[in-house]
Amino acid sequence: MTTREGAAQRLVEGARPDTVAQQKVTNLWLDAWRRLVRNKAAVLGVIIIILLVVIAVFAPRIAPYGYAEGDSNDNYMTPLWLTKVLPGHVEKYATIGDKFILGADYLGRDLLSRIIYGIRVSLPVGLMGALVALLIGLVYGCISGFYGGKVDNIMMRIVDIMYAFPTMLLIILMMAFFKTSFGGAAEPSTPAYTFNQINKVVDRVLGLEGGGMLFIFMGIGVTAWMRTARLARGQILSLKEKEFIEASRMIGASDLRIIVRHLLPNIIGPILVSVTLSIPSYISTEVFLSFIGLGVDPPTPSWGSLISDGVRALRSYPNQVLFPSIALSITMFAFNFLGDGLRDALDPRMRGTS
Amino acid sequence: MGRYVTRSFLWMFPVLFFISVVTFALCHAVPGGPFDREKVLPAEIVANLNRHYGLDQPLWKQYADYMGFTRNPSGQFAGVLQGKFGPSYSSRSRTVNDIFAAHLPVSATLGLAALALAVGLGVPLGVLAALKQNSLWDYLSMGLAIFGVSVSPVVLGPLLILVFALALNWFPVAGWGRFEQVIMPATALGLGSSAIIARLTRASMLQVIREDYILTARAKGLDERVIMVRHALKNAFIPVATILGPMFAMLVTGTFVIEQVFAIPGMGKYFITSIGNRDYPVVTGAILLYAVFLVFSNLAVDITYAFLDPRIQYS
Repeated sequence: MTTREGAAQRLVEGARPDTVAQQKVTNLWLDAWRRLVRNKAAVLGVIIIILLVVIAVFAPRIAPYGYAEGDSNDNYMTPLWLTKVLPGHVEKYATIGDKFILGADYLGRDLLSRIIYGIRVSLPVGLMGALVALLIGLVYGCISGFYGGKVDNIMMRIVDIMYAFPTMLLIILMMAFFKTSFGGAAEPSTPAYTFNQINKVVDRVLGLEGGGMLFIFMGIGVTAWMRTARLARGQILSLKEKEFIEASRMIGASDLRIIVRHLLPNIIGPILVSVTLSIPSYISTEVFLSFIGLGVDPPTPSWGSLISDGVRALRSYPNQVLFPSIALSITMFAFNFLGDGLRDALDPRMRGTS
Repeated sequence: MGRYVTRSFLWMFPVLFFISVVTFALCHAVPGGPFDREKVLPAEIVANLNRHYGLDQPLWKQYADYMGFTRNPSGQFAGVLQGKFGPSYSSRSRTVNDIFAAHLPVSATLGLAALALAVGLGVPLGVLAALKQNSLWDYLSMGLAIFGVSVSPVVLGPLLILVFALALNWFPVAGWGRFEQVIMPATALGLGSSAIIARLTRASMLQVIREDYILTARAKGLDERVIMVRHALKNAFIPVATILGPMFAMLVTGTFVIEQVFAIPGMGKYFITSIGNRDYPVVTGAILLYAVFLVFSNLAVDITYAFLDPRIQYS
């Protein structure tokens, strides 16, 4: 079966004169990989992301202190080197001490350690958003595009409705709902209790007890899939009328087989690019949420809550805002570099265009 | 064209209906009521308050009253359909309409200023980058593009305050009302969008200037500036126009964070505290209003297409 279908696809593709397959026998993915490796910005992005993952995994060993550990006698302690760098006259009012490399926050907790643990919030949020976008969005879009007609109409209407929601407001409302309904102590064997238990497991896996990470995943997941769904549907719609699909249908391949073996490999490139480029938006959504106090639960550190704490002391202790901001921006740059690189690699025609 | 607009217009109603149902249900699904206080109110008072606001009614009836589908307990049609968003439970002296009238224009102004900055900075930079490929302008605009999407408003806001207010003293740190006070928040909010627009304009401009009709226009001996503005930019603007609708909506809702950073009395703060206070009418009303914004701005974009590109036919 496989060989016959493959032969049919090759036959159809071979009929077109200028296919890659004819010029040089090479694998599309291998080709893309080579182009990606040659892209310096993308490689830098990958290195940063790997570094972040390593730091996040080994956070308890790397961070000098625990994220919730602090002595209020040390509040706003500022190291000597910072007093020289920062504008204003920090040294006149701050407790100077070299106990903390980047200083301590308003409760005397080490800023560096909290930034390090903050990776454990931002990275999983970005990756989880991408995963939801990929899994749900792809399946939804494929079904809608492939079956077309009434199914497509109804499914896309649902997406249209979801698109009309003011996303940020919906996520804020959802977070309030999740946190109050599932966050507290609930009777066993109710859905709330189950969610609460799952949440505890998720928090434990991430090493952030009581952080409420599941709810953030859910809040972001609710709206993350729509873009991929639309994109996948559009791609499938334009592909499914092509000859090679007709050919495999003629041979008697099942719908599932056509989608998985013939359509998916052809659409996965643009989708991967779109999903990678969306990761910064999931990360910044979480930062927004934590900034307004609806993200992670204290004392879990998120870059959003660190920035929010820092803004209150902006005039006196700019380092409180500066360092989490730098961490966040570096992460966003890394994912954007990778996404751009992926796009250039997977579709060289698009290089430098959008 | 007319039929298409009518159909899109009519489609708005089921969408908004659905959104109102979901939002209303979600609001009421959040545990706790609007009259939970740290000092617990006597049960009779809560019961009276609930009766006063119609909260003792079954949920479907509350919804129907709120939307203005049915007569409320005082025997009137006074709901969203009649343009009344109901009372606010936490600020007794003001109705939700009063709150919206006082705070929404602030958020809208900020959103519009950010959009103006995004278009005003993004389009010229994108065009320059496309016309002078691999020049300084090109690198500048692409640099801005990657900077804008990577540095979030949450970061940019405090950074701008640090540099331009505290260090250089060019702008006031925070507040609202004067023109200087709009510049920094609008920049923090709009720079990311201007990056997206610059990128998109550059890309579509690069595509358009290679089209045959540009060659034709040149062959006719038209002035280069006329070609760029009348022929190229008009068509290159189409993909940009498609994202302006969602972008405006994103900017207007995105003001929430910026309002916190710059202490701006917009809708953002109200929305968030209202969720905490279980002030359902404010929350539902805000989401509905923004949804209307969103749907209308998308419709407006659809219509702009037809104006920009006569080849687009609606059926």
